Amino acid sequence: MAIFGLWVINKAGGLVYERSFGDGLPHLTSNEYLVLAGTLHGIHAITSRLSPTGSSSGAHVISGETFKMNILLTATGTKFVLLTSLVEPTADSVLQKVYEIYADAVMKNPFHTPEMPIRSEGFDTRIGALLG
Amino acid sequence: MAYPQPHPRFSVLSTSSLSSAEHLSPGSSSRFSLPSAPSINTASTPKPGTRPNIYDRPLNKTRNAEVSSAAFAFLFSEIVQYTQKRVSGINDLERRLNTLGYRIGTRVLELMAWRNESASKAPKRETRFLPALMSIHTHVWRAVFGKPADAIEKSVENADEYMIIDNDPPITRNISVPRDMSSLSCSSFTAGIVEAVLDGLGFSARVTAHNTPTEQFPNRTTILIKLEKSVLEREEALKT
Repeated sequence: MAIFGLWVINKAGGLVYERSFGDGLPHLTSNEYLVLAGTLHGIHAITSRLSPTGSSSGAHVISGETFKMNILLTATGTKFVLLTSLVEPTADSVLQKVYEIYADAVMKNPFHTPEMPIRSEGFDTRIGALLG
Repeated sequence: MAYPQPHPRFSVLSTSSLSSAEHLSPGSSSRFSLPSAPSINTASTPKPGTRPNIYDRPLNKTRNAEVSSAAFAFLFSEIVQYTQKRVSGINDLERRLNTLGYRIGTRVLELMAWRNESASKAPKRETRFLPALMSIHTHVWRAVFGKPADAIEKSVENADEYMIIDNDPPITRNISVPRDMSSLSCSSFTAGIVEAVLDGLGFSARVTAHNTPTEQFPNRTTILIKLEKSVLEREEALKT
């Protein structure tokens, strides 16, 4: 019952936002994060073509022994990834709220360049209020 | 934040862009130009099936109509981005936003006067400054933003300065100004609206917007009104 981290991956597979909550996650360098995000982007692209019955939106949850990754793919190709504990019933609704905050604080901000790293104080504050 | 031109409110062009747009004479009041609208044909009746001209629609129909705040937020964001690409600095950007707001303010005042006339038995025009300021704080804000502003203050140091304070201006709610432009306030747009309404009522003033964040309201904005000397003198003369 815990949320460890949030990533936002743009449609080209670049990591545009990364934030950890609590001390659960080991500290990785920004390069390692970029590689992880790029790899996840690739895996997601492959899984979306695996479906035996028509089109699919790709992997939703990837879980390990101690944590799971919840992935939300938006209509524009931006991906939100939430790292949580194995039992986290709110993960989906939290991701929807993160998407909402992203639409408000990032997309409506004239000083944000699309597909570039998110440096918006408003986004940070609101994410902090939601998850911090 | 001194205006470089003697009468800046008559020009939407910044000084830096004047050279590249010489076909527009700098003194012309391009601020009041009409948008390119379908020409109004007075000779013949409109063809059946065509939509009525936007200028012919009843004005009272939209009295309580509301605009999607998300749609406006995207539009305003584009306006700021568009403007930012064409200016040389923060002052220039604020002045242009002010100019855009001015065009709205003139229309807001006209519409409010028109509606006031049809709605009340004894329509009144504000001729003194304080009631006019109160009406901007309450009525203009309600017409434009759907809620009154949060406070009016009078400057302690300067007798000619008044402030309208909004704790969370709807138009800048989603805007995070980067740190290197921290003095920029996109509410200059609102300042332009206020300036136009004051001008229209006969209170010439220079209106600017400033960020005045507090712990509780990080988006708090102050609209600073600096009245012209002639207005203060008239107010003094009217005092009986």
